[in-house]
Amino acid sequence: MSVLREGWNRAIAPYREEDGALFRWLRLDPWLLFALLLLLGVSVVAVYSASHQSLAQLTNLGIRIGLGLTLMTVMARIPPRIYQYWSPWLFGIGLVLLLAVELFGHVGKGAQRWLDLGFIRFQPSEMMKLAVPMMAAWYLAQRPLPPRPVDVIVTLALVLAPMALIMLQPDLGTALLVGAAGVFVLLLAGLSWRYIAGGALALGGIIPVMWNVVLHDYQKQRVLTLLDPEADPLGTGYHIIQSKIAIGSGGVFGKGWLNSTQSGLDFLPEGHTDFIFAVFSEEFGLVGVVLLLVLYLFIILRGLVISVRAPTVYGRLLAGSLSLSFFVYVFVNTGMVTGLLPVVGVPLPLVSYGGTAMVTLMAGFGMLMSIHSHRPFMAAR
Amino acid sequence: MKQPRPMEDEARARDILLQRAVLAAVLCFLLLGVVVARVAWLQVTAHERFASLAEQNRTRIEPIPPARGRIYDRNGVVLADNAPSFQVELVPEQVSDMEATLQRLGVLLALDDGEIARFRKTLKASKSFDSIPLKLNLGEEEIARLAIERPRLPGVEVQARLTRVYPHGSRVAHAVGYVGRISEKEMQSIDAEAYRGTSHIGKTGLEKFYEDRLHGKVGYRKMEVDAHGRTLRVLEESPATPGDDLHLSLDVRLQDVAEAALGDFLGSVVAIDPRNGEVLAFVSKPGFDPNLFVNGIRTGDYKALMENPDRPLFNRALTAAYPPGSTVKPVMGLAGLEYGFITPEYRMFAGPYYQLPNDEHRYRDWKKSGHGWVDLDHAIAQSCDVFFYDLAHRMGIDRMHEFYTRFGLGRPTGIDLPGEVAGLAPSRAWKRKARNQPWYPGETLIAGIGQGFMLATPLQLAQMAATLAQRGRPVRPHLSMDAPPEPLEPIELRKATHWDAVLAGMDHVINSDYGTAKVIRGAPYRIAGKSGTAQVFTLKQTETYNEKRLNRKLHDHAVFIGFAPLEQPRIAVAAFVENGQHGSGTAGPIVRRVMDGWLLGDYALKAAATDEQGDND
Repeated sequence: MSVLREGWNRAIAPYREEDGALFRWLRLDPWLLFALLLLLGVSVVAVYSASHQSLAQLTNLGIRIGLGLTLMTVMARIPPRIYQYWSPWLFGIGLVLLLAVELFGHVGKGAQRWLDLGFIRFQPSEMMKLAVPMMAAWYLAQRPLPPRPVDVIVTLALVLAPMALIMLQPDLGTALLVGAAGVFVLLLAGLSWRYIAGGALALGGIIPVMWNVVLHDYQKQRVLTLLDPEADPLGTGYHIIQSKIAIGSGGVFGKGWLNSTQSGLDFLPEGHTDFIFAVFSEEFGLVGVVLLLVLYLFIILRGLVISVRAPTVYGRLLAGSLSLSFFVYVFVNTGMVTGLLPVVGVPLPLVSYGGTAMVTLMAGFGMLMSIHSHRPFMAAR
Repeated sequence: MKQPRPMEDEARARDILLQRAVLAAVLCFLLLGVVVARVAWLQVTAHERFASLAEQNRTRIEPIPPARGRIYDRNGVVLADNAPSFQVELVPEQVSDMEATLQRLGVLLALDDGEIARFRKTLKASKSFDSIPLKLNLGEEEIARLAIERPRLPGVEVQARLTRVYPHGSRVAHAVGYVGRISEKEMQSIDAEAYRGTSHIGKTGLEKFYEDRLHGKVGYRKMEVDAHGRTLRVLEESPATPGDDLHLSLDVRLQDVAEAALGDFLGSVVAIDPRNGEVLAFVSKPGFDPNLFVNGIRTGDYKALMENPDRPLFNRALTAAYPPGSTVKPVMGLAGLEYGFITPEYRMFAGPYYQLPNDEHRYRDWKKSGHGWVDLDHAIAQSCDVFFYDLAHRMGIDRMHEFYTRFGLGRPTGIDLPGEVAGLAPSRAWKRKARNQPWYPGETLIAGIGQGFMLATPLQLAQMAATLAQRGRPVRPHLSMDAPPEPLEPIELRKATHWDAVLAGMDHVINSDYGTAKVIRGAPYRIAGKSGTAQVFTLKQTETYNEKRLNRKLHDHAVFIGFAPLEQPRIAVAAFVENGQHGSGTAGPIVRRVMDGWLLGDYALKAAATDEQGDND
C-alpha cells in the first residue's frame, strides 16, 4: 500500500527538482510530453499507411507536428494568469468571428466554416474549443462555488451562444465539442446533482425538437444510417460498413503495418482523417487498440491530475475541462468508427491527419502544462 | 463584484472538484472500456465474417472460359473449329453514362434495336463488374473506329474471344448442329458456376448431345482489385481445361457424294458401317449454314429459313418419319418364315389385287396386271404387294409389330443426336391406347407393305438395312468414335437358312432380270437391297396414279435401302427421296453412288443417274 501511495504522491506532485533543468525551464510536464510524443509517433505511423504511403502528406504531418510542439512549448511558458486575463477578450473576438463566418464565411465541404482573412483561412469555431472553456472558467472563478442558479444560467448562455452559431454552419461535431467543454467547466465547478439531473431530462426532451428543427437532413441520415447501416450499403451506410469490415478483419493481432487492404485499396474512404482508427485497428488488431486507448486514458488522467493539483480555481476548471474534452474527442471518434455512435466529423485527436484540430489540441496541452508548471512559489522565483 | 473568497469555501470547491474529477476519470475508463468491448466484438467474435467480407472486397474471381472441343470427321477434317474473333464488351461499373455510351456505340457499330435490347436484358441479370458482350464478330473497320473513340468511352473494351466456326457450313449442319448464346431458359438448367464466362452452348446436333464433353472445365483467375474495380495483380490462377475434341465416323467426302447424288431432290441419305454402327454419311437436304446461328441469327436470315418451303432446318434423317413402303418386305418375309406361315419354297398366285373375305375393298398391287405365281424370292425381288397382303393377313398385326420392333422400327435408334423421333410400328395395343379405336384387318394388310400407320426415319431404315446385312446382329448407329455405343441384343432365328432366303431375295432385287432395281446393276461389288415407295397422296378406289397430273409435292416418296458387298457388308445405306416417285429408279441410283464412293473411293460429285422409267416400286 505504501508503494502505491508513494507512487500516487509522486504522480500528483507538482514540479520537482529531479525532473531536470530543461523541463523546468521549458515548463513542460515530462509525463504528458512523453505520452503526447508517443501519440504523435502513432500518428506518423498510421497516417503514412492510411495515406497510401504518401511522402507529401507525411511531410505535411511533420510540419504540423513541429508547429504543434512549438506552439505547445510557447504556450506552456505563458503563465495562466495571462490566459485568465485574456479569456473574455478571446471569447468576444471568437464570437464576432463566428458571426462574421455566418455572414461572409467561405463554404468548404458544404458547410460554412472558414473565414478568409486574405493571407490565411481561419476557422473561428476551432478557436472556440479553447475560448469557451476559458470564458466559463474565467466567469465562474469570480463567483462563489458551487455556482448559484443565476451563475449557472449565465454560464450556460455563454456556452450555448457560440454553440448555436457553430451548429448553424453546420458543424455538429465541433458544436458538440465546444458545448461539452463549456458544460465540463460547470460540472467541475460543482453544479449540484439536481441541476445535472434536470439538465439531463431537459436534454432528453430537446432531442425530438433537435431532430425536427435543428438537424439537417444529412445529419439525420447519419443517425439513421448508424441504426441500420446495411439499409443503404452504397450510400450513407458505406462508410460505417467498410469501417467495421476494416476493424473486424484486423483480428487480435492485426494485419500488420502497411497491410490494410480496406484503406490500401480505397474501400474505406477518409482512412487517413476521421476514419484512421479503423485503419489502425485493421493493421494492429485488438492489441494495438488496447495499447492506444491506454495511452489516451493516461493522457486524460494526467490532465485530470494537473487539474486537481492546480493552484487557482481558473486553472483547475480549465485544465479539467480541456482533459475531458480530449476524452470526448477520443470517445466520439472511436465510437463512430466502430459503429456505436453516429458519424459526426470528429477526428481521432492527435492521430488523424488534419491541421487545425491538431494545432488547437496542442495549444490546449500547452495551456495544461502552463497551469501545471506555474505555481505561486515558482512564479515568485 | 470581486470579493475575497472565504477559505472554507475554497476548500469545499476543491473537494467537489476532486470528487468530480475522480468520477469523471472512472467514467472515462468505463466508456473507453465500452469501446474496447466493441472493438473486441468486431475483431474476435465477428472476426471471421468481417475477414471474409474484406477478402471479398479485395479480390475478384474472374472465370477463364475453356476452349470448346473441336469436331473432326473420320479423316481429321475439322467440322467445328474455334477462331479468334473480336467483340465489344462493357463493364457496367466502369461505364460513366450507360445511355450515352449505348447511343454512341449504336451509331459507331450500326447496332440494331434487337442487339441493344438483348444487351439490356443481359445487363439486368449481370453483376456490375461482369464484362457483358454487346456485339460479337467485329470487323476490322469497326475495331478501328472503336479504337479512336475509346478514350471517350470508359468501360468499353474490345476483347479477343474464341468463336465457333463451321468451315463446312451446311454440308454437315444436320449432324454437327451449332452452338448459340445461352438462353435464359438454358441458364436455369445448367450449372451456372461451370458456365461462368462461357457465352455459348450447344443448341442442336452433336454440339448439344456432347455439350458436356465439348465444353471443358472453367478456369479461374483470382485478382486483387481496388475499390474502383481496377485490377492490381493476379493472386492465383487455375487454367481452364479445354473441352475434349470429338472424332466422328462421318466422312465429309461421302457426305458430299450423297448430297450431290440427290441432285435436285430433297431428301435424306444415311450410310452406316453395318459391322459397328459408325455413321459414314448423314445427309438431310437441304442443309443450312450453322454459322448464321452462332452469334445470334439476324431476323431476316431466320425468317428466310423458316419460310423456305423446302424447310432447311428440318432434319429429315433424324426427325422425319415417312412411311417406309416396301423396304419392310424383307422383314415381313423373315417374320413369315420364323412364324412358319411360309417357307422359302412356298408359292402363291398373286393377282392384281387382294380382297379380304366379306369386304368389297380391293387392295391393289402396284403392278396392274399382277405378278402371277410368286415365291418369297420373287415377292421380294419384284416387290409383290399381294403376296405380303396375304402373309400379313395370316400372320396378324401383333406378330408383325414384334418383328418390326426387333429390327428397330417404332423406337429410337439411340444415335448420339438429340431429338430423334421413334417412328411407328403399329399394334392393336398402340391403336387402342393412342386412338382409342379397335384394329381393323385392312390396316394389317397395308402395314404389311410399310404403309398405313407405319412410319420410319431414314436413320431407322439404315439401321434396319445394317441389321439385315449382319444377319440379325444389330448395331446402334453413332457419329462419335470416342464413345462406343451400348451393344444391342442380337436377333436369333430358328434357322439360319431364313436369312439366306431373304437376303437372296434382296440380292435379286438388283442382281436378277426380274428385280425392281436391276438398273443399278453392274457395280464391281455385289449389292443387296430393297426399293420402296411411300404414298404422299391416297388415291380413291377408282382413280389411277398419274404422276403428270399430280402436283410435284404430292408425288410419291422414293425409298431405297441396301448394303454391300453382299458377302461381307461394309456399308448399309438408306436413301429417302421426297417426291422421287420411283424407289428403284430414283433412290436406288443414289444408294449406288454412295456405295461407289465408299467402296471404290469414287468421290466425284455428280447427281445419280435416275431412271424416270424405272419400276414403280
